[in-house]
Amino acid sequence: MTVESTAARKPRRSAGTKSTAGKRTAAGKPANSEPELVQLLTPEGKRVKNAAYDSYVDGITPEELRGLYRDMVLTRRFDAEATSLQRQGELGLWASLLGQEAAQIGSGRATREDDYVFPTYREHGVAWCRGVDPTNLLGMFRGVNNGGWDPNSNNFHLYTIVIGSQALHATGYAMGVAKDGADSAVIAYFGDGASSQGDVNEAFNFAAVYNAPVVFFCQNNQWAISESNEKQTRVPLYQRAQGFGFPGVRVDGNDVLASLAVTRWALERARRGEGPALIEAWTYRMGAHTTSDDPSRYRVDEERRAWEAKDPILRLRRYLEAANHADEGFFAELEAESEALGKRVREAVRAMPDPDHFAIFENVYADGHTLVDEERAQFAAYQASFADAEGV
Amino acid sequence: MAAEKMALAKAINESLRRALETDPKVVIMGEDVGKLGGVFRVTDGLQKDFGEERVIDTPLAESGIVGTAIGLALRGYRPVVEIQFDGFVFPAYDQIVTQLAKMHARSLGKVKLPVVVRIPYGGGIGAVEHHSESPESLFAHVAGLKIVTPSNASDAYWMMQQAIQSDDPVIFFEPKRRYWDKGEVNTEAIPGPLHKARVVREGTDLTLAAYGPMVKLCREAADAATEEGKNLEVVDLRSISPLDFDTLQASVEKTRRLVVVHEAPVFFGSGAEIAARITERCFYHLEAPVLRVGGYHAPYPPARLEEEYLPSLDRVLDAVDRALAY
Repeated sequence: MTVESTAARKPRRSAGTKSTAGKRTAAGKPANSEPELVQLLTPEGKRVKNAAYDSYVDGITPEELRGLYRDMVLTRRFDAEATSLQRQGELGLWASLLGQEAAQIGSGRATREDDYVFPTYREHGVAWCRGVDPTNLLGMFRGVNNGGWDPNSNNFHLYTIVIGSQALHATGYAMGVAKDGADSAVIAYFGDGASSQGDVNEAFNFAAVYNAPVVFFCQNNQWAISESNEKQTRVPLYQRAQGFGFPGVRVDGNDVLASLAVTRWALERARRGEGPALIEAWTYRMGAHTTSDDPSRYRVDEERRAWEAKDPILRLRRYLEAANHADEGFFAELEAESEALGKRVREAVRAMPDPDHFAIFENVYADGHTLVDEERAQFAAYQASFADAEGV
Repeated sequence: MAAEKMALAKAINESLRRALETDPKVVIMGEDVGKLGGVFRVTDGLQKDFGEERVIDTPLAESGIVGTAIGLALRGYRPVVEIQFDGFVFPAYDQIVTQLAKMHARSLGKVKLPVVVRIPYGGGIGAVEHHSESPESLFAHVAGLKIVTPSNASDAYWMMQQAIQSDDPVIFFEPKRRYWDKGEVNTEAIPGPLHKARVVREGTDLTLAAYGPMVKLCREAADAATEEGKNLEVVDLRSISPLDFDTLQASVEKTRRLVVVHEAPVFFGSGAEIAARITERCFYHLEAPVLRVGGYHAPYPPARLEEEYLPSLDRVLDAVDRALAY
């Protein structure tokens, strides 16, 4: 639903409206309610028509659908392995994407090779779509680096931990794309919590003012650690776009086909020079914020169970089976591939060496810095003093 | 033209012009940098000659300016951004500290961010609050940034050239009260290294170390001290990070006394770091503790009080006397 088609222009409820006001939106609906979503696959796996977005996935082949399914299954398997590795002490922390596979795979597969992606720290599925080896994502969570891949190899920027900062980087990058006269686009990921950050709102505004070819992809997974949407916003997030002067759409983020279609729409219009768009992917963080978090302190299990019924992988499987697009052999093969991926990730993490001590001083500056050189030398002398002591 | 006398602000303007001419990837961004030429006219005429695509008037949002400059740098551009006044940099402080400074290391060297952040700084112009501050220490504390500040027109010209050519992010502090001071600029000279200090007045009895707006004051103080028979050396540090301790050490080993002068508050200021390191390096040469002259641990005062707050000729000479009394 683009903003133009919503009831967002209804007059705002008077400020004096009693207690419910805090939970109501301009449109009179709670900000965290589920208004009409762009949905192409129902939770039961039924394909539903959508006049605005069908054309973006009309030609999709059974093979491509199986590909999306495979992406989601392998991403989930990778994610589960990483969670296990954290429990085993192999990773210091893990930020699980469980439940958000459709939003990430759908949007990630909509990107073109020459598009550029700016992720948060949870876009493991998008990284997968970009061809980043999943084991490379784990270095920072193991504590051996702060970002272990070359962003320009896959046009997939490093994970950004400070909430919302990357929205501005994406916008600046898109301004550069426009200056270069290139027809590629940029996509910035962030979450419902980040929508409260100044940087995200500044990014919206810069993108609009400069008509930058950037797509803002907000995965509204309902929770910013322990804070629900009600603590972040009084309007549905996709409606924020209207105030900045570009379209906003809320898509069923658990529907990979809809996520793909809507992101294709947004990227294509950006490439055509029609400027930014905001996509709010309505989804749910099935797990904890990170492995350090305890959701039982702030949310009820019934909520999680309700979302389990809308599982992104299950619904595509239902569709594939009903349409006879995939047979038992496909699923069995994928199961084996999943296990192999888990094993590969496990082994890669366990074999990941600690960095050399002197890595502290590496790449602090591109052109060097005398203080860094001096401190490196002091550190070396200090380290060497132990070697001398051992030698005695 | 080879050598020409021009104001410090004009020297930066000429340097930016040269960068725009020679490198198509250089873009200038900031509030009012276009038609107006910046509130100090440092970018005067540049948008007219290079167009709105290269000299970009931005929305009024400092974090947005630096954040998008980072994105442009990732795309291969070399943005030179203007923060309108020292006290307005703080909305961008997060982007500068968490992103601009650290992305090269985060990427294990794969990403370079050649961004110059220009900040007119310091007081003495009778301005309202937030227009007279000296926040250089807040940046010098951050690894990944380089911090420089010229004291004269020639340095302003050449240090800007070098800052733009640097593959590291550079915070370029411009001494706003010296914007209108004229000096000789030789645009065909071969400049010395960006991060090297310079002895601008040789002396034997004590070293005055300063940078940016305080270099002129220290030279005046040294001149005044001559009348009392004191022969002071003045070192223009030029670069705060990295800081050229070798040049300063050589000076202090000769004069045996050091007074550091800056407008920024003394507490945890750059003078504290200089005092600590020079004490370490020159312990047996020093005849007196390193003394500091600077701002007080109080908000920058209203304009009618700034002369009392800022280092003055008398305060510098008072510190000189105290150091020589040991």
